[in-house]
This record gives sequence, structure tokens and C-alpha cells, in this order.
Amino acid sequence: MTATPRAIVITGNGTNCEREAAEACRLGGFDAHNVHISSILSGEVTLDSYQFLNLTGGFLDGDDLGSAMVQANRLKYAMVADDGERVLEQVLRFIDAGKPILGVCNGFQLMVKMGLLPGLDGGLVRSTTLTFNDSGRYEDRWVTLLVDEESPCIFTRGIQNVSLPVRHGEGKFVVRDEAVMGRLEAKRLLTVRYMDPATGKITMKYPENPNGSSEAVAGICSPSGLLFGLMPHPEAYLHRVNHPRWTRENLPEEGAGIAFFRNAYEYVVQAL
Amino acid sequence: MAVRIEVGYRDPVRDPRGERVVREARELAGLELRSVRTVAVYTLDMDLTGEELEKVASGPFTDPIIQTYAIGRPVGGIFDLVIEVGYRPGVTDNVGRSAGEAVAQLLGRPLAPEEGVYTSIQYQIQGDLTQPDAQRLASEVLANELIHRWRVVPAGDFDKAAGLKPEVPRVSISGGGRVREVDLSCSDEDLMKISREGLLALSLEEMKAIQAHFEDPEVQGERKERGLGSRPTDVEIEVLAQTWSEHCKHKIFNALIRYEDERGNTETVDSLFKTYIVGATERVRGEMAAKDICLSVFKDNAGVIRFNDDFNLVFKVETHNSPSALDPYGGALTGIVGVNRDPFGTGLGANLLFNTDVFCFASPFHSDPLPPRILHPRRIYEGVVEGVEHGGNKSGIPTVNGAVVFDERFLGKPLVYCGTAAVMPAKVAGRPSHEKEVGVGDRVVMVGGRIGKDGIHGATFSSEELHEGSPVSAVQIGDPITQKRMFDFLLVAREEGLYSSITDNGAGGLSSSVGEMARDTGGAVLHLDLAPLKYPGLDPWEILISEAQERMTVSVPPRNLKRFMELSEKMGVESTDLGEFNDSGRFELLYDGRVVGSRSMEFLHEGVPQMVLDARWEPPPLAEPSFEAPGDLDPILLDLLGRLNICSKESIVRRYDHEVQGGSVVKPFTGAANDGPSDAAVVRPILDSFEGVVVSNGIVPRYSDIDTYAMAANAVDEAFRNYVAVGGDPSWAAALDNFCWCDPVQSDKTPDGTYKLAQLVRANRGLYDAVTAYGIPLISGKDSMKNDYIMGDVKISIPPTLLASVIGRMDDVRKAVTMDLKSPGNHLYMLGETARELGGSEYYALLGYVGAQVPAVDFDRARERYERYHKALLKGLIRSCHDCSDGGMAVALAEMAFAGEVGLVVDLNAVPATGDLRDDELLFSETASRLLVEVAPSDAPQFEEAMGETAWARIGTCTEEKQLVVKKGDGKVLSLSLEEMKEAWQRTLRGL
Repeated sequence: MTATPRAIVITGNGTNCEREAAEACRLGGFDAHNVHISSILSGEVTLDSYQFLNLTGGFLDGDDLGSAMVQANRLKYAMVADDGERVLEQVLRFIDAGKPILGVCNGFQLMVKMGLLPGLDGGLVRSTTLTFNDSGRYEDRWVTLLVDEESPCIFTRGIQNVSLPVRHGEGKFVVRDEAVMGRLEAKRLLTVRYMDPATGKITMKYPENPNGSSEAVAGICSPSGLLFGLMPHPEAYLHRVNHPRWTRENLPEEGAGIAFFRNAYEYVVQAL
Repeated sequence: MAVRIEVGYRDPVRDPRGERVVREARELAGLELRSVRTVAVYTLDMDLTGEELEKVASGPFTDPIIQTYAIGRPVGGIFDLVIEVGYRPGVTDNVGRSAGEAVAQLLGRPLAPEEGVYTSIQYQIQGDLTQPDAQRLASEVLANELIHRWRVVPAGDFDKAAGLKPEVPRVSISGGGRVREVDLSCSDEDLMKISREGLLALSLEEMKAIQAHFEDPEVQGERKERGLGSRPTDVEIEVLAQTWSEHCKHKIFNALIRYEDERGNTETVDSLFKTYIVGATERVRGEMAAKDICLSVFKDNAGVIRFNDDFNLVFKVETHNSPSALDPYGGALTGIVGVNRDPFGTGLGANLLFNTDVFCFASPFHSDPLPPRILHPRRIYEGVVEGVEHGGNKSGIPTVNGAVVFDERFLGKPLVYCGTAAVMPAKVAGRPSHEKEVGVGDRVVMVGGRIGKDGIHGATFSSEELHEGSPVSAVQIGDPITQKRMFDFLLVAREEGLYSSITDNGAGGLSSSVGEMARDTGGAVLHLDLAPLKYPGLDPWEILISEAQERMTVSVPPRNLKRFMELSEKMGVESTDLGEFNDSGRFELLYDGRVVGSRSMEFLHEGVPQMVLDARWEPPPLAEPSFEAPGDLDPILLDLLGRLNICSKESIVRRYDHEVQGGSVVKPFTGAANDGPSDAAVVRPILDSFEGVVVSNGIVPRYSDIDTYAMAANAVDEAFRNYVAVGGDPSWAAALDNFCWCDPVQSDKTPDGTYKLAQLVRANRGLYDAVTAYGIPLISGKDSMKNDYIMGDVKISIPPTLLASVIGRMDDVRKAVTMDLKSPGNHLYMLGETARELGGSEYYALLGYVGAQVPAVDFDRARERYERYHKALLKGLIRSCHDCSDGGMAVALAEMAFAGEVGLVVDLNAVPATGDLRDDELLFSETASRLLVEVAPSDAPQFEEAMGETAWARIGTCTEEKQLVVKKGDGKVLSLSLEEMKEAWQRTLRGL
């Protein structure tokens, strides 16, 4: 495509990472826009004019009924004014058009609760979830992720492992049954997992695995690799000064989180 | 017909909330439970078809992977008893609100006024509890009787087929709209009775001023013209009581004080506020001249300083002590979301950047019997921490800096300081953003939440006034999401230039917000009957002064009203046109078209009589203790590291999102394992710039036992040295003062009032001397003057406490310095001379002493040291820096070493000292203004040159060996491994 690809970050009802998410998109190459959900519901803005959708972090509706539950319900039922179309239909059209979607933290929870992820059999089927951390607590701490380089995920191309912060109370990844986990593993959809930096291996040990996630899963993708959700925040690490040890370690100037967004950009430029 | 939907966890799924109850039952109530499972209960007070109920239950209410639901019957479970906890009528039920919204989305229609969704939590308990135990579990662990109600049902009484009956905590009040006249032509005694029984908190002088005002023939004439009776209405009395409250008028800080010192010298202070607070700022600004950074001080909801040409910085710190004592969770949550509205309502509105929080508690391990009505400090601790966690995290504002201070006297009242900083573009819609002015003819528009009986007259302690069916007025629970939606909308409205002024509805509600804004034009008309209510049945005076949360008042020029309302509706925020600002000279209140109150603006704002108070300073009879120096200092340092005021607060701080918005540079914890305590926070407010905001705090109430002058001076010094340590520019800093005092007005209840007031005077002088010497203007502040507990014979007064918060900037955050040692081989320097100043120290407290020699701050020498240090920092000469505070040099050395996982060898002979100090004195004295600095050997000459003639010395070297070794010449004074020091420091609060 010729014009600069456009990224949309949907805001409102409690999202709170939109500022840095838009900055990350911009640094990745996109023309980035924060759009309040009310502008989508009013029909002023449609997803169709964007090539990359960000469902960013926050506390949608306070996570009052469980993380992202109310927004999942809203997107399922809400109609675009004077249009007769549901917001959900726009989202599904976005997916059918082969455009990438990134869900971070609350956005990942939203994708899972809408059934957008893992999308094993197409359609909106909920087969996994994210629930309360084993610690029973919300926590902000940096973790290390091991990337499955065989994963079809387009966002993690070229990344082996990466340090990012987690900031959540409901990040424990749970599957409906072992069969689901087996299929996710077989298709290499368990894209990022919590790693113990001392061993270089995935870990169930707290706090390296901050929430007790099954199989140490921190993020999963769809079989197409275009839909990706993760609990840690790539948009929180855009420059070395974001890193908790930047005053004592030799870190590259560019924050490691930008690569996720640049990968999305490169994919869009090549594929769309 | 109300229907219950129960949602429980599937069998093998862990229930961390239930597990937490098991833990807390043990720790808070000494009850052993085998297991607890929680069930979320939604009571739908509306008529839905079976199909609709099924859709609601299986959709937004249940996560099918881990949960299961039941409609109109119990969801199942194995238990010996259940305790179900729900809210009392009228208490904010955030989950219920969200559930109601989800139902509305699903039905495709809004809920009718009489419909509602209410939530409760059912605890399914396995354990051998007697009925009294179960009640205690409910009242001491699961619920708070001020806001909750609960049912205890043993398994034997539990109907397994039908379950519990639906209970709907709907507010039912009859009437509303009543206006009462108040007869003030009565005796002094009866005037005071009116004040007391009406919770007006007005003194006799004030009541008499009001009496005289209404007897004035001119006033009587005006009343007749407006169709008002000769007696004031309750609406009018309430407006005056709110406007004249200590909270709004700061009467003690504005009093005329006759101060007498220990030698009998007397002095009259006409307003502490004007003399020492405004006075300090005027002097500093005068000295800063062209470099003055202040833009708006003392006049708005928060202070405003310049950040750069394009942006301004806004900062405000509030306290929320009494509400947090009643309901720690709701009180603290409301504290944080409440202070968010201050910077947001400053100038034309600001983007919230970060929160700070400082708590003062009694020990969470308190084991003595508690006086009546006092919640256990462990519960206060847990509730406050969680309230601030939810308030900050859900609002998407990082909590970047804070402190927790412990003293047994905070049993009487915990202190909860909540601060919020914000940035605003220097210009908004072409106008300077820090200025605002209501125009004549602008509409009075209330935005956000609805009005209920919340927070009328602030907190009311007695539960007798709460009864089934009556809404709770004592406690409010904030709703961060409703507020966030409102802020999202108002920021758009700000960019479009739709309003001329904005302020928040906090204390005093509309009475205060509209009354204040009306000063711009000289009057306003407010139609109280138009205000949106949470439930019917409120009287006009209640609508006027309700402190219901999440509301802002804006003035909208008529030409913008249509657009403002459209935008508001589109973004899902309620806005209501309530009247007009005018230049009538009066604040006029109408209900259904009838005048129910009319006050002249002048009497409202200028009529309050000045208090006249006596203060007498008598230094407390204290002496320096005389004791042998301990032979072995290793265990002393370990004990100090584990003390509540020194130990790691990581178990609290990790629960706060400290990096949302992406600007985090120096985080609360730093070092090799991300667990060393940072001195201050650095944040980038603009993501494509390296300019940073630096924020720090200082607080040392222990020193008040000796002299509040030193307490205040040290608080400012601590905040400023922390600010400077990480890289804050000393020439670009401002401060906030937050006083929390025990009642300083002499009375039967407070026989030592003259002393406490003298303490207040001295603290103000300490504050004035410190900020003027350092050149940091005070830009905003707050006082909370009644932090006492009185019940029967028991009186507990908090130690007088000043929180100093410093905010400023650094040009380039890449020059920021953290406190963790970086590399073996580097030099360690001490900046500043150590004196024998152990009065009020943690070391003395450990040994059971208070002492007399409290640290005295040498402001001028400190300022030069800080300025030189800052220049060295800008040259990149500093590898790490940590200030010496609680526990003195020894604690700072230990923290630097274990945070960096780098050892240290220090020679006491090299430490600059005033006089001949013993080893323990050198190590643990809390002398102010000292910094420990790590410098690479190659930079040492340049660094030493930079520090010039100020007091400094190289006192040690960083080592490979993971050990802190303190020597004196060749003799060993102290030797501890980094691991054992860190363990001692982390152990105390790790489990909480």
C-alpha cells in the first residue's frame, strides 16, 4: 500500500494506555489515532478506514463483572447509530480483511472474553480465559518473556525474548480443558510465555511467572497469526529509560516494545 | 419481582478472594477456617423473561471457562455456613452499576428509574464457627457495618432448593422538596444547640454574626422583596455553614494568634496562612524575579507552575483522614479520586499525570485492646492500601511516589494523604490554560454523577443514625470509571473551548463550587429542582450541599451550550443546566421557581469573623539519654532495617500501577533486583521529549515530640534533598504543604490547646524558613486540624504532622540518578557533616528513648551543597546517590549496597563530623541534608572540584564482596552480608 497505514486505538469506558499505545504505533511507523468508542457507536468513525486495531490496556468498566466482561457484552450488542450494523460486525469484517489486531492486558482479556482469541475453529468461541492471579493481588512488575519463534504470530517476528512490565490482577491464563491446550500447543499459538532469566526456560515460579498462568502462558495468537493478545505491556517499553534497570545496564536506546508495533507495520505494508 | 442470579466458580478453579478471606480471618479475627468459596450475587429488581434472564446470566455475568450460574436458586457448594454481604441502601455499588449497564445493553433499552441491579457477595464457609464467631467474622473481616448489611445462615437453615430470598437495598424516602425556616432570635445557648444539632460546626461568634446579619433591617427589606420570610431558611444556613467551615475557610490558619515563647516574649500573628505560607511564596517569587516559575498559586483548586513553553504543571495534595477511619477502603478510594478532580478542575482543566500517596498508620501488628469504635490498624492498612490501589489503577494514573509512616498515635486517626499532578497545555483554545473566568450570562452546568445523600455534613460517626431503609450519609465510595468517562468528555470539551471555567464538586458540593465560581461575576441563580438525583426524596438543602462524588461544575457560555450538551450525550456523560451566573451580587437558590435562599455574595465570603487564639510555647522537658554504646552494632542495624518506618514497603507499592501512561523513568523501586527504595520519582509527561517531572516527599512526625519547628524544617529538607538526589533542578522546584494537626484550640476537650497552637506556629516558621532559604515557592496546600479521637475517657491525638511535597523538573531524564550502587571499585562520598542529632531518631526509638537534640537544618550550607551536587550530576559524574534519613547513614549505606548487589567498605574516621561522635552516633544520627554519592575513580577529581569548599569526604569504596563493612581505622565496627541486611529490611511487611 502507498499511504502511511493507519492504526486505531479504541479508548473510553476505562482504557488507560492509549497515550503510549498511540506513541508505540507512531514509532512503529503508523499514522496513529486514538478514537473514543462513542465515535464508533455514533458512526462518525468506522474501523474500515484503519489497517491496525489496538485494544489497549485499562480497566474497562472497572472490570466490575470480571475483566473486560461488560465491554465484551457491549461490543456484542451495541449498534452503530443510524446504520443498523453492530460494532461486532465491523470487527469481524476487519478480521476477514486480514488486518492485524493487538490486545494488551485488558485488551487481551477483552479478546479472550469476546471469543476473538484463540479462534481455533473460527467464529466467536470462548475456550480460554484470564482470571485472578494466584497471589490474589494486582501487581506491577517486570517479567521476561520467551517467544516461540515457530509461532505464526506476526507481531513477534525476530524477537527471541523480551522484558516488559505486567500490571494486572487478572492475568492467569486458564483453558477450558486439556484438549484446548493441546491444540494451542500443536498449532504454536502459545506465542509468549513467562521465562526465568536465570535458566532461559519457561517457569511456573513466582514472581517470574507473576500470576500462575497454565503453561506459563503470557500471550496467545490466532492460527492466522494476525490476532495477538498478551498480558505484558509492549507499549510500556518504548525507550531505555522505561526499563527499571536503565541506570545500571547497557541497554539499546530503543525500547524493546517497539518491535511489536514495527512488525505490525511491516506486515501491513507488505500484505495489505 | 426481584430475582437473584448467583455466579460461582467451577469446582477445581482456585478462588483467590476466598483464600484471602481465610488468611484475613486468621490475622484479623483469630479465626481458623478450613475453606472459603465466594459466590457473586446479582439481585435484579426488574421484570425479565426467563429467556432474558438466561442471556444476562450466561453473558456478561458469567465466564463459562471458570464459572457457573444459577437463576432464582442457589448455585451450589459445600459449606458449614454462608455469610452474604451486600450494601446498605444508598451506598455506591459500582459493580451493581456496571451490571445494570450490561443488562441495559443486552435488552437494548435503558433501565427504568424504578429498576436496578444490586450486588452482594456470598461467602461459603467451611469451618467450626459458633454463631458469635460468625458474626465477628462478618463484622471484623468481611463487612463494615456503616456501609454493609449481612446475613449469616448455617447450612442447617439453608434452603437448598430456593436459596436465600432476594433482598433489594432500594432507597425509600418519602417527601423531599421541603424547606424549613430556622429561628435565630434565641439565646446564645440555643444558637449553639442549633449549630450542634444541625452539624453546622459553627462557633458562637459565627452563629451570632449570622444572627446579627439576619436582624439587619436592610437584609430584612431584601428578603421581603424576594418573598422570603424574615427567618433564614435551612438552605441559607447550610450555605453559610459550608462556606464558613474550617474545611473551606481555614479559620485556624487565618486566625489572629497571640504567640508567647518560653521567655515570655509575645508576638501577634495575623493569619498563619498569609504570614508564613503566602508570605514565603511572595518572598521567593520576588527573589526568583525573571526566573519565577509560578503561574497560579493558592487561588485555584491546585497550584500551577511552568514546565516549559508549551506546558504547565499542576499539583495538589489532599487528606482524607476521617472518612478513612470510618471506612478505610471507601475513604481512601474517595480520597484519591477526589484529589484527581482538583488538578482537573484547575485553570481550564489538566491531564492527570501521576498520583502520590502518604499514609500514617498505627502498627498493623498492634496487639493491645482497641478503644471502642476504632478499627484494627491492620484493617485500616489493608483497606486504605486497597482503596488507593483501586482509585489510582482504575483511573489510569500511575502512583509514582509516597511513604508510609508508623506511630501508635495514628490509632486515633490514620492520615491518608493523596496527591495528584497534572499537565496542561500552556494555551487552550487560544487562551492561557491556567486562567479561567466565568462570564456574566454563562450557564451553570453540572457534569458527571448524580446527587444523593452521600457525604452530607461529611462523616457522621454514630451508627444509630443509620437504619434500614435510610441511605448512608456518612461514607462515600468513589467510582473511578464514572469519573474517567467524565474526564474523557471534559478534555474534549476543553479542546473545543466550550466552557469558560471549571471546578470540582468536593466538600460542600454545589454550594461550594457554584458559590466560588460566582465570585467571578458577582452572583448566580441555581435551580435546585433541576439537579439530577440518584433517588427521589431529597430536600433542597441536601441537594445543595451533598458531596456525592464524580461531579464537576462548569460555566458554559450560552452560545456553546448546545454543542456541550450534544457532546456530553454522545460520550455517555450526564450534564445538566442548573442556572446562570450573573452580576446581581447575590447567590440565589430556587426550587420549583420559588426562592428558597438568597445570600449576598459579600456576607457569604467576607462575613465570617476572624478567630482570636492564644498560643504558648514551652519546650517539652526532655533530656538526652545517657547510655553505654552497644558493643555489637550488627544486630542494631538489622533491627533498624526491620523497623516499620524503615523497612521495605514493596508489598504495598507493587499493588500500584506506577508506569501507566508510559512516562516512568525513576520508579519506586530500583537496583539489580528491582527492589531498592528510590528517593524520588521521575516521569516524562511528554513522550517524545526527554524533559522530566521530579516529585518527592518529606515527613517526620517523630520530631514533633521535641520541636515542630525542626519537624517542619526537616520535612522540607527531606523532600528537597530527595528531589535533588535523583536529578531535580534545584532552581525549578515548588512545594506543597499539608498540615495534619490535633485540635489546637484551647477548650475543655483540649486543655493543652495553647501548646498545640504554639506547635503549629513553630511548624509554620520552620516551613517558612526552609522554603525561603531553598528558594522553593509554596504553591498549594491543605490543613486538617482535628485529628483526635475522643471517646469516654480515652483521648488520642496524632503527632503534629507536616507533609512536604516537592515537584519540579529536570531538563534531561537521561541524566537521572538512582540509589543503587553500580560497580565495585567506585568511590563513595559523604556530602555534609554529621552532628550528634539523635533526638527523635529511629535509633533512639529502638532503644526506647526520645532524646532532645533534634536535627537542625543548616539551610544555607545545604542549599549550596545541593546546587553543586546538581551541577556535578549534569556533568554525568554521579553513579548513584542516596539520602540519609530514618536510621541515619548506616541504613542508607545498607540500602545502597543491597539494592546494587555491590559491597562497601567505609571508614568512620573519614566521615565529616561536628564534634567527637561515638560510632553508634555517627552511624545512626539523622542529621539533615546529607547525601551519599558513588563516583567512578576516573571522575573523582572533577567531582571533588565540583563540590568545592562544601563539607564532603570520600568515606569508602565499593567492593566485589557482597558485604557492608564499616571500620574505624583498622578496627571493625560493623560487618553484615548484603543478603542478611536485605532480608531484615524486607521481612517485616512482606506478608501483608
